[in-house]
Amino acid sequence: MADASPAYRIQGATGEWEVVIGLEVHAQITSNAKLFSGASTTFGSEPNANVSLVDAAMPGMLPVLNGECVRQAVRTGLALGAQINRWSRFDRKNYFYADLPQGYQISQLYHPIVGEGALDIEIDDGGTKQIGIERIHIEQDAGKLMHDQHPTRSYVDLNRSGVALMEIVSRPDMRSPAEAGAYVRKLRTMLRYVGSCDGNMEEGSMRADVNVSVRRPGDELGTRTETKNVNSVRFVMAAIEYEAQRQVDVIEAGGKIVQETRLFDPDKVETRSMRSKEDAHDYRYFPDPDLLPLELSEAFLAECRDSLPELPDAKRARYTDVLGIASGNMTVITADVANTVYFEALLAAAARVQGKAEPEVARATSNWLVSDLFGGLNRIGRSIEDSPVSPAQGAALLGLIADGTLSGTLAKQVFEIMLETGDDPARIVEERGLKQTSDTGAIETVIAGILAANADKVADYRGGKDKLFGFFVGQTMKAMAGKANPAVVNDLLKKALG
Amino acid sequence: MSVDIATVRRIAGLARIAVSDAEAEALVPELNNILGWVEHLAEVDTDGVEPLHAVIPNQLRLRDDVITDGGLRDAVLANAPQAEHGFFAVPKVIE
Amino acid sequence: MTNFTDLGIAGLRDGFRRGDFSAREAADAYVQAVSDAKALNAFIVETPDHAIEAAEAADRGRAVGELRPLSGVPLGIKDLFCTAGHQTTAASHMLEGFTPTYESTVTAKLFGAGAGMLGKLNMDQFAMGSSNETSAYGNVVSPWRRSDGGNTPLTPGGSSGGSSAAIAARIVPAATGTDTGGSIRQPAAFTGISGIKPTYGRCSRWGIVAFASSLDQAGAMARDVKDCAILLEAMSGFDPKDGTSLDVSVPAWEDRLSADLRGKRVGIPKEYRVEGMPAEIEALWQQGIDWLRDAGAEIVDVSLPHTRHALPTYYIVAPAEASSNLARYDGVRYGIRELPEGASLAEMYAATRAAGFGAEVKRRILIGTYVLSAGFYDAYYTKAQKVRALIARDFQEAWARCDLLLTPTAPSAAFALGEKSDDPLAMYLNDVFTVPSSLAGLPAMSVPGGIDAAGLPLGLQIIGKPLDEQSVLDAGLAIEQRAGFSARAERWW
Ligand SMILES: [Mg+2]
Ligand SMILES: [Zn+2]
Repeated sequence: MADASPAYRIQGATGEWEVVIGLEVHAQITSNAKLFSGASTTFGSEPNANVSLVDAAMPGMLPVLNGECVRQAVRTGLALGAQINRWSRFDRKNYFYADLPQGYQISQLYHPIVGEGALDIEIDDGGTKQIGIERIHIEQDAGKLMHDQHPTRSYVDLNRSGVALMEIVSRPDMRSPAEAGAYVRKLRTMLRYVGSCDGNMEEGSMRADVNVSVRRPGDELGTRTETKNVNSVRFVMAAIEYEAQRQVDVIEAGGKIVQETRLFDPDKVETRSMRSKEDAHDYRYFPDPDLLPLELSEAFLAECRDSLPELPDAKRARYTDVLGIASGNMTVITADVANTVYFEALLAAAARVQGKAEPEVARATSNWLVSDLFGGLNRIGRSIEDSPVSPAQGAALLGLIADGTLSGTLAKQVFEIMLETGDDPARIVEERGLKQTSDTGAIETVIAGILAANADKVADYRGGKDKLFGFFVGQTMKAMAGKANPAVVNDLLKKALG
Repeated sequence: MSVDIATVRRIAGLARIAVSDAEAEALVPELNNILGWVEHLAEVDTDGVEPLHAVIPNQLRLRDDVITDGGLRDAVLANAPQAEHGFFAVPKVIE
Repeated sequence: MTNFTDLGIAGLRDGFRRGDFSAREAADAYVQAVSDAKALNAFIVETPDHAIEAAEAADRGRAVGELRPLSGVPLGIKDLFCTAGHQTTAASHMLEGFTPTYESTVTAKLFGAGAGMLGKLNMDQFAMGSSNETSAYGNVVSPWRRSDGGNTPLTPGGSSGGSSAAIAARIVPAATGTDTGGSIRQPAAFTGISGIKPTYGRCSRWGIVAFASSLDQAGAMARDVKDCAILLEAMSGFDPKDGTSLDVSVPAWEDRLSADLRGKRVGIPKEYRVEGMPAEIEALWQQGIDWLRDAGAEIVDVSLPHTRHALPTYYIVAPAEASSNLARYDGVRYGIRELPEGASLAEMYAATRAAGFGAEVKRRILIGTYVLSAGFYDAYYTKAQKVRALIARDFQEAWARCDLLLTPTAPSAAFALGEKSDDPLAMYLNDVFTVPSSLAGLPAMSVPGGIDAAGLPLGLQIIGKPLDEQSVLDAGLAIEQRAGFSARAERWW
């Protein structure tokens, strides 16, 4: 698909440069136990607590494959429209490091479980661009080395050792930091929809190896560098920006780019050469003799396919075409699967409460969700997953607005209380007497009192000061403690003021 | 293909085995002798032959995703040459 | 009074069951025999307490009518099996002091069946060797001596040389072994005992220090075929912790043991008639053919055309796997650590591995590293795995014509310690007859057939179809009954 927005270019001293970007995203597969052992994958445990003898590579220990990790990798591949390889196998990547107890990482080089696929990303001008996926393979994570606990020693924690990862390798199809950022965000959205990765970048559930090269527009690919383990969208973009500029500077100064592994320093916002990995390039991959080939049955594949949820692009289309949700709301809601889960539960309940079809209430429901609930959650610093207001409670509130029990103002008051207490709106209305009144007799009495007490202002109003109408509304609402139906107040005031 | 002393040093480096000059020198003919012998395999016609994947026909079994292991830090650290504060300790690594 | 050390597994088990003696008496006798045989250097660690505890448990069990398959039987355990609470070194300095907190599946099964452990048997370091000269704990000396009157110390074979020597010297009734390219069969042949390597996947590899994963198999070593059947039955069985373990039931090999080979066809592979094979071995092979024919088998000539490529294939595949399997010995989590003053992590690794591994282990790690390294992988490793597929196919094609194969176990009788230790290739050639069936994962056994002119034992090898250990054992029994092998090493230790 053609990219309509102006191409991203680096202006060098000798002319323009194009940036070519490919990403290898390591995504932790959501599972209870590790890829080849029965130890827990829980984050943040005591050092070496979630370690089995297999993870510590004790003599004689053997790997046994976790079926759920295979299932999630296959579902991810299906979601990306990728080719699923019915026959795959595991290889050993051999190198020495203190975070790698076996002396090799079990990965898939020669026969990955997932082949070619693609991901559509949204770009600046509102269009989309297709980014090719080269492959997805399953592999083990390494442990963690801590360097700051002792002056002369590093400490090894193997809790992450053996946790299952998917490595999702893109084609070098991205041409700007913004595209790379959009790709990571979309991929994260996709994985969270599928449920194969929680996408939690702070906890390291997603990390990207960023491959960058520069060239004259239209030239052959330049030599690339690989910046390892970049752990946020912002850093991915910053690393590309820095690295591309650095490469341009090197080339323009007459130098050559060396194919190497680099490290991103988020504090200095720069990349630098990782000398510690320099001699480790000969990984001596060979098939792991402890593991037989992985053969997927048709039934296994069918289950993976059948268990896939509605994916982002389909959901966006349905929200727009079937539910008629405004594009801004649609974008916000479909950006994360947790929003859609909440929204769909809320919408179903709201339709039920109001006795209407979903499309009839979808617009108002999405408005409330995006402006009121998201705004409220943002203020109290909670995510949609631990919202104090449940979809059923939200739907009940929307019902009270729809049937005129609550005015917009009252509804906001009730919502604030719900956010704070987690109580049902009906109970809040009941206990605090927040029901709106349309009782004309009661409102007329109040209006009469206010007009009598403000005879001067009545005269002014009648003399042409129209703006005073708002004053009378405010006074009436205040006297009614906000519970008067504003439409009724307006009508009666107009009548009383002549 | 024959190995020279530089190759011996490179392989020993990859295998993380320190070799003295004398050892490296002695390994050159030893390794060449063995490699020269195994290289006769090149003569075997293997066109269209798949490399052996499983010695005895057998299926890779998949495990259920349940926590059945871990929580044995003492056993994991029991034989460590140096363990401190629940970690394995190694000479400081500069990354 | 019973001479306990004259009893093997069946003798001990049955006598104990009959109430002829207590398990404790038998264990004491063997503990004493082990302790008296230090000159053989067959054990790295002696574990009398383990043997005695198991015996006392067996005696208590018998008193309440509880008899397990190996109640009353003490065993020797090759030091490649991890044993909880007992040092396990794979005969390497690298693992000196390593005390597993876990029990290998095979030893757990044996101890669960009532057996006790007399100690951890010496072996070639990390099971790499054919003469037991690569152990970091010194050579094992065969109990056998040539009849020439000289006292030349001989090899008990390898890598399960501690096992073979201890059984031949009758200081253990039986022992576990492991076989990667012949490490059960060749030492069995050199010491006049029986040894069987089952089908790859029969015995769990969990908890056995790995040498070459696609080849390693545990097996039984004993004085006779029946004891092998009993022991192997107790060692075998599906293990979900080993991804290559076969999910099949274990037949009652002992009960079904029969020397009647009527209806069986035994193939004689012509490619095993190698140049320079001693006439005595040639003659023994012919004798074996006659014995099997006498037992009712039909003899057929077969061809295994890729046989001569088996050893080079093995010496690519096994070192490649080993170079990776042994990467975990890095001085971080267990075993020795060499940390020169001011050394970096990488220097610590290099120093630790230089100090921990013996020369043969290093040689194989380097070969394995080389054949897997960039640019060579396809030429060596992929090629070898293709040739291996052809070797396996040779056997499959042979099974169309026969049920079993009969060959010599080794191309010579036991040689002297030191005789081949300077020439790795000459040493490797010792496994020429055992390696092909290892590459194909087939069950194979060595039984003693006779003695050579120097008075040393010679073995015959029987190779079977996948999972057909029964036929292998049956043929072994047929040979055993006809060979009447009764020679014993004269005690000098
Ligand atoms: Mg990478
Ligand atoms: Zn990776």
